[in-house]
Amino acid sequence: MADDRALIFARLRESLERLDCRTPYPEFAADVATPPARRGNSRALFSQRLRAANTQVVESVSALAGLLEDRGVRCGYCDPVLAPRLSTALGPQIELLPTFDRSRIDDYRFGITRASAGIVETGTLVLKDRDTSDRLGAVAPWIHVACLDPRDLYSTLAEAITELDDDPNVILISGHSQTADVEGIMIHGVHGPGEQVCLFLNQEEDPETRP
Amino acid sequence: MNRQALDAYAQGLDDAVLEAIDVGARSGVDKRLETLTEDYDDPDALRRLAGLLRQHTLDHLDGYLSQVEKRLIENGARVHFAATTDRALEIVLDIVRASGTRVVTKSKSMASEELDLARRLASEGFEPLETDLGEFVVQLDDDHPSHIVKPIIHKTRRDVARSFERNGLGDYNDDPETITRRARAFMRRKFLEARVTITGANFISAQSGRVALVTNEGNARFGLAGADVHIVLAGIEKVIPGDRDLALLLSLLIRSATGQRMTSYVELVAGPRSPTQPSGPREMHVILMDANRSSIVGGDMAPILRCIRCGACMNSCPVYRQSSGHAYRGVYPGPMGAVLGPLLADGGQDQLADLARASTLCGACGDVCPVDIPIPDLIARLRARSVKNQLTEAGHGVPPMGIYSFLARHPRLWRLVMRLGWIIDWIPLRRFPVPTARAWFDSRTLPRWRGGRFRRWFRRTERQRSRG
Repeated sequence: MADDRALIFARLRESLERLDCRTPYPEFAADVATPPARRGNSRALFSQRLRAANTQVVESVSALAGLLEDRGVRCGYCDPVLAPRLSTALGPQIELLPTFDRSRIDDYRFGITRASAGIVETGTLVLKDRDTSDRLGAVAPWIHVACLDPRDLYSTLAEAITELDDDPNVILISGHSQTADVEGIMIHGVHGPGEQVCLFLNQEEDPETRP
Repeated sequence: MNRQALDAYAQGLDDAVLEAIDVGARSGVDKRLETLTEDYDDPDALRRLAGLLRQHTLDHLDGYLSQVEKRLIENGARVHFAATTDRALEIVLDIVRASGTRVVTKSKSMASEELDLARRLASEGFEPLETDLGEFVVQLDDDHPSHIVKPIIHKTRRDVARSFERNGLGDYNDDPETITRRARAFMRRKFLEARVTITGANFISAQSGRVALVTNEGNARFGLAGADVHIVLAGIEKVIPGDRDLALLLSLLIRSATGQRMTSYVELVAGPRSPTQPSGPREMHVILMDANRSSIVGGDMAPILRCIRCGACMNSCPVYRQSSGHAYRGVYPGPMGAVLGPLLADGGQDQLADLARASTLCGACGDVCPVDIPIPDLIARLRARSVKNQLTEAGHGVPPMGIYSFLARHPRLWRLVMRLGWIIDWIPLRRFPVPTARAWFDSRTLPRWRGGRFRRWFRRTERQRSRG
């Protein structure tokens, strides 16, 4: 490995010596690629963009209960920090499992985890590893519910990326899993969730469960 | 050989395959254009900016590569350098063996295609699983991807249904939704069974060490939730200076590749999972592979290394659309493949030298490139290089251009030919005495002769202008 490293750097330096001058770093605003029409930062705009990106927006826990009932699902994974608050509001017919047992992967019909932030420009949910109770709970079930405090919004993709902390894994989710590999026909739910939901949780009522 | 290799390959393709490729590629062109023009007043300005950014990175690659290595190690990842594809394969095999796994999940990675990684892992007794749906079908069929974004652009739903049936994934059913559900059901347990998952990298930030992975299916995410070990295999040119550059490059990559504003998933992986996270890799290995790239930087072909693998150049290429990616006989098809393929191949410049001739030089590939690579210029340079180096392979099937060359260098003769050119309308070109030209005219016709009109118009206009 050390030999390969030395060899690659030696070759690179030799090749780069051929250059009379090296291209300087071009100066540009970090949000240069944000389209003018997609600027702005409001919850309403974010909800609109979420829907455009195939994410369902749910404004209350009772509305989430209605959605789950409508889909006929009763058992799913839930972040253990969120579970106490949600289980009361969702009612006894919905079972929330606070751990993800890999041997029961198909039993989790939905997964509820926290989102760290949202990006208004693209209707994107930001899930940081340290805020996600279990990656599997966010990717394996057919329905993924990301709970987001609507105050945690970035206006642009550039802002979100440049303000990331040192979290080892951040995933930006814009809608459900999808593919157009077979004849270009769009099908949702390939490996990840076939339904992506954003639940706005007003954390002022219960700061303990602030996502 | 009377035909160029690429032309001969295209001649043998079924009409259904050609139609699938043409429709698939054209839809990419339309979606890209629609999103870019809707979003930006001047998308070309962004392309030029991104081109400068990528060129800057390549011109300082030694420094950025050193920076990314340092940062990844600080993040807890292990960094490996591989001078060749063989060396990269050895490193992958060592890591996979040490993990004790049999099943290995893999996301789409063009760098891994350079190693023929899935086949090599299988030949060593492992069970590699391509998890991108298109790549999975390619693997089932022991085929190769024919497009860098749409690997099965050359297959119809009937082909896929037959492939699933043959491989025990259900009775024949060509409904794309059924096909997708079957793939989902098959792979879910494999994601959990595999202790190792392999991905490529769309970009690696030298500032933070973040590896950006762009997908729509969620396969990379599932792999990174199920496995204990993550191997990133990336060409050294994938490095970018910092996180602030990601927003620009992701915006252009995604719009150019699929016409979306964002893909469903963009994962930014800086290191092994956080201590509080119960799922995901505890080990992260990043293999930075050279495989002839270091000989390209600093030279006149260096701009090809700006490529961010969006596939827009092949979607817009009239030659690709009528020949498929397999006609390019390498990992990278289309216009970017015609340049990069010969440059990366070990001693393959001679064997693939004909690819530079497989272009009309219409310029469409250069016009759509999100990082402003002057692909037609690079193709022309490769042609010149093949002439200079007397690579006879480059000229196979190409009609001799000696007469044209002579006329083009003698203006008086050229003018005379312009006047007499109408004769060509009366020559039966399919019986032309030059075999390569005859082969060319087998499937092509010329429009009626209109030569000389521009010269006459120009002369007239100049005369009128001088009269005042």
